[in-house]
Amino acid sequence: MTDPILDIRGVCKAFGALQASQDIDLTVRPGEIHALIGPNGAGKSTLIQQIAGGLRPDAGRVLFDGCDVTSLSTAARARLGMGRTFQISSLAMDYTVLQNAVLGALGARGDVFRFFRPVMRDADLLAQARVALTTVGLDEFEALRTSELSHGQRRQLEVAVALTLSPRVFLMDEPMAGLGAEGSRRLMDLLDGLRAEAPILLIEHDMDAVFALADRISVLVYGQIIATGTVDEIRANRDVRTAYLGEEEDA
Amino acid sequence: MRREPILNAVLMVLLLAVPLWAHLTDEPFTITLATRAVIFAIAGVGLNVALGLGGLVSLGHALFFGVGGYAMGILAFHAQTYAPLIDWPMTIEGTKSMPVIWLVAVVASAIAALGIGALSLRTTGVYFIMITLAFAQMFYFFAISWPAYGGEDGMSIYVRNGFPGLNTMDPIQFFGLCYGLLLLVLFIVWRIARSPFGLMLGAARQSQARAQALGQVPYRLYLTAFVISGAITGLAGALFADLNRFVSPTMFSWQTSGEIMVFVILGGVGRVFGPVAGAALFIVLEHSLGGLSEFWHIYLGAILLGVVLFARGGLYGLLAGRERAHD
Repeated sequence: MTDPILDIRGVCKAFGALQASQDIDLTVRPGEIHALIGPNGAGKSTLIQQIAGGLRPDAGRVLFDGCDVTSLSTAARARLGMGRTFQISSLAMDYTVLQNAVLGALGARGDVFRFFRPVMRDADLLAQARVALTTVGLDEFEALRTSELSHGQRRQLEVAVALTLSPRVFLMDEPMAGLGAEGSRRLMDLLDGLRAEAPILLIEHDMDAVFALADRISVLVYGQIIATGTVDEIRANRDVRTAYLGEEEDA
Repeated sequence: MRREPILNAVLMVLLLAVPLWAHLTDEPFTITLATRAVIFAIAGVGLNVALGLGGLVSLGHALFFGVGGYAMGILAFHAQTYAPLIDWPMTIEGTKSMPVIWLVAVVASAIAALGIGALSLRTTGVYFIMITLAFAQMFYFFAISWPAYGGEDGMSIYVRNGFPGLNTMDPIQFFGLCYGLLLLVLFIVWRIARSPFGLMLGAARQSQARAQALGQVPYRLYLTAFVISGAITGLAGALFADLNRFVSPTMFSWQTSGEIMVFVILGGVGRVFGPVAGAALFIVLEHSLGGLSEFWHIYLGAILLGVVLFARGGLYGLLAGRERAHD
């Protein structure tokens, strides 16, 4: 088996008496989509923040490509190649769609402290940005101000910005939340092909999408991972069915 | 053609035409007013780098204005009294040369901005406003209680400092010098706003989480913007001191910080030429309303209230519409 890109070992996080993460182990291997599911309040967002760098775990380690990144900042982890999309879009709303995509390409290239060359005339950055926008299907909206985009288009742009970073792993926090059926299908096709570029840790509520896409699924309930396995294993798992999927998912 | 470049051109031509006309009709006071407007505009353009591009509401920019002013005052004071600035380890004399004074003013205010920014930028929001204000007040009271350089009374510089090839005592020539510097500063800020740094700084202003996810540390972006901003405002301070041939602690006062912010808000926050329009309007109001009543600030306050309530984008927002996203 190949070494995992992302390896979370024994991560614990408590807020007062609330155990948001209890001894969590999780790996993301090259070429896979690893979905993290769980009911509201299970601690999914807390976990992704600990992986991306917004929160420090109380105990445990986060290994990225074999290196311990537990004490690194969000920015440092991003520079190492963690490409994150946000649950609540945090795009630069005053900027155009193209500017947001250029931002990603600029972040990936890293030479931000340049003060005199017009960035929107940089052919390399523009080319990378346009490729990403075309991939997510936003190329015809590049001149639009981001605040004018629909909710679904903003989600697509979030993904496009992550693409321009050419990360080593994608951390996607509910990329399909609030998308219509058509938008979800489109994004699913995109993510399906994306796993070849870099593995994806996918937090998602949309069960159809998760079961269609994921290579492996981990189920988080009350801060604990109660099961990890392939789609079929998770469907068959009795604990998961009682704790999370309920009766409606009778397979 | 878009309205904004036209407005920029009209503004800059007017700002040049009024003092030229005053020169021809022999009205030196009007030239002085125009020079004041140009110098205030430079200070505002400086603040706008922090406030407009970086979203950093600094209520302490009088500090940099004052540092620039005192850089000029101290250097020129030593030159006019023939007392060396320091004797050891080497003798450094004062100077009456404007380029040297400008350089010292810019470097000194940049260093001040680096130190103060490094501390203040650990806070945000109201705390940032208060801490920048507090630093400026510290400098204000320090200047008041520093007898070597005039203390509360300030100090007079009897002859305006010199610039190679120009007679700076001639109002129109000094105006030309300040106007040239304004153009230079506008060009620099215009390029910065469109540079990779400017784009990322704006992203950090809109969403810190976004900047971090792009591998950037917002603090570094903010601090860099704050230093550039302070340095430009410092240059304006040196020019202001030279215009009046007088330096006093008032330059450090919180009213000065407030006025610089008023230039930016009146003109249009984040618009490169906004503070120029704001400073020009301020001078016009000060002059016309000031003639009507001693308490002209009441009317200024009413106008400012109107701008904040009904024309968020200031003069530029009103006349040129929303800023174009990119070109």
